Amino acid sequence: MAIRDYIRERFMPHIWCPGCGHGIVMNNLIRAVENLELRKRDIVMVSGIGCSARISGYLDFHTLHTLHGRALAFATGVKMARPELRILVPMGDGDATAIGGNHFIHAARRNIDLTAVIMNNRIYGMTGGQYSPLSGRGKAATTAPLGNIDQAFDIADLAMSAGASFVARTTTYHAVSMIKILEKAIMHKGFSVVEILTQCPTYFGRKNRLGSAVDMMKAYKTGTTPVGSEAKKEDPELIERGIFVEEDRPEYCTEYENIIKKAMGVH
Amino acid sequence: MKKKKRKRTVNIEWCKGCGICVAFCPKGVMDLDESEKAAIVRPDDCVDCGLCELRCPDLAIESEEIDTP
Ligand code: SF4
Ligand code: SF4
Ligand code: SF4
Repeated sequence: MAIRDYIRERFMPHIWCPGCGHGIVMNNLIRAVENLELRKRDIVMVSGIGCSARISGYLDFHTLHTLHGRALAFATGVKMARPELRILVPMGDGDATAIGGNHFIHAARRNIDLTAVIMNNRIYGMTGGQYSPLSGRGKAATTAPLGNIDQAFDIADLAMSAGASFVARTTTYHAVSMIKILEKAIMHKGFSVVEILTQCPTYFGRKNRLGSAVDMMKAYKTGTTPVGSEAKKEDPELIERGIFVEEDRPEYCTEYENIIKKAMGVH
Repeated sequence: MKKKKRKRTVNIEWCKGCGICVAFCPKGVMDLDESEKAAIVRPDDCVDCGLCELRCPDLAIESEEIDTP
């Protein structure tokens, strides 16, 4: 199918700012779905609130645009009712780890078969540039004009410790590997988390004098390194990207199905 | 079998002139025109890597297969 077949063209051009990384995530998510030859009607996209969450309005799957931070809760409900569907849950960093932090760790702990795509731009874009749990110490935001004093989460570490069975990180610069990682995450049976470093030139970029969208993407190129690389040992500041965990572990809906069978006396 | 070449076009209705395609094209094929929209200025230099299409945040670069002699 053509890329246009996956979008609701009536809403294009989309609302995201020029150069916003969310568009690149949407672009490559479509490519991953296309490469996997998944049918649109077998996919449910569930999003919460934020610039990132707008993605569910643009894509022509079954889509559910829910409450801030609660996308995983709704997605859990959909998956429990219709386990045969593939559920994609795009979230922003604030959406996933602040407002929805509890839903996030518990979805990971249960290892329920959902694909969480966390677009980490380190700020709340839609509401005007407030700092998020990913902004990081010393970074500027509308609500931290003198520099943020909060330490940042590491989304991949958080997901791994909480029990996610697939955890990866990529960036908007690395489009080709983003597509491959998304394909694997979508096909993985269990809770998969893909953190995507994505630029918000309008707020995070401007507040922190990071330049244009192009400059921010260049920084993803120079500031990251493949997981396990030598470069990381020499420069610990580099952010690792790639697949951190990919394991086969008991999945929640399957386990639940087994309990039903037990209760019904089917052995 | 040789992979068919693809020809790219810019949908200027959707392009927001971010310059990402211009900056990252390995062959300098793209440029922004006077109305700040992407334009394919050196089509003969295109090596068909497809990266401009994948990195465009606005899905504004499209391609189709072409017959090559
Ligand atoms: S405010 Fe930031 S995240 Fe929101 S659309 Fe603009 S660039 Fe993207
Ligand atoms: S990347 Fe897309 S939106 Fe940006 S200038 Fe190129 S065609 Fe336009
Ligand atoms: S396909 Fe590659 S070489 Fe051709 S215009 Fe796009 S980025 Fe440049």
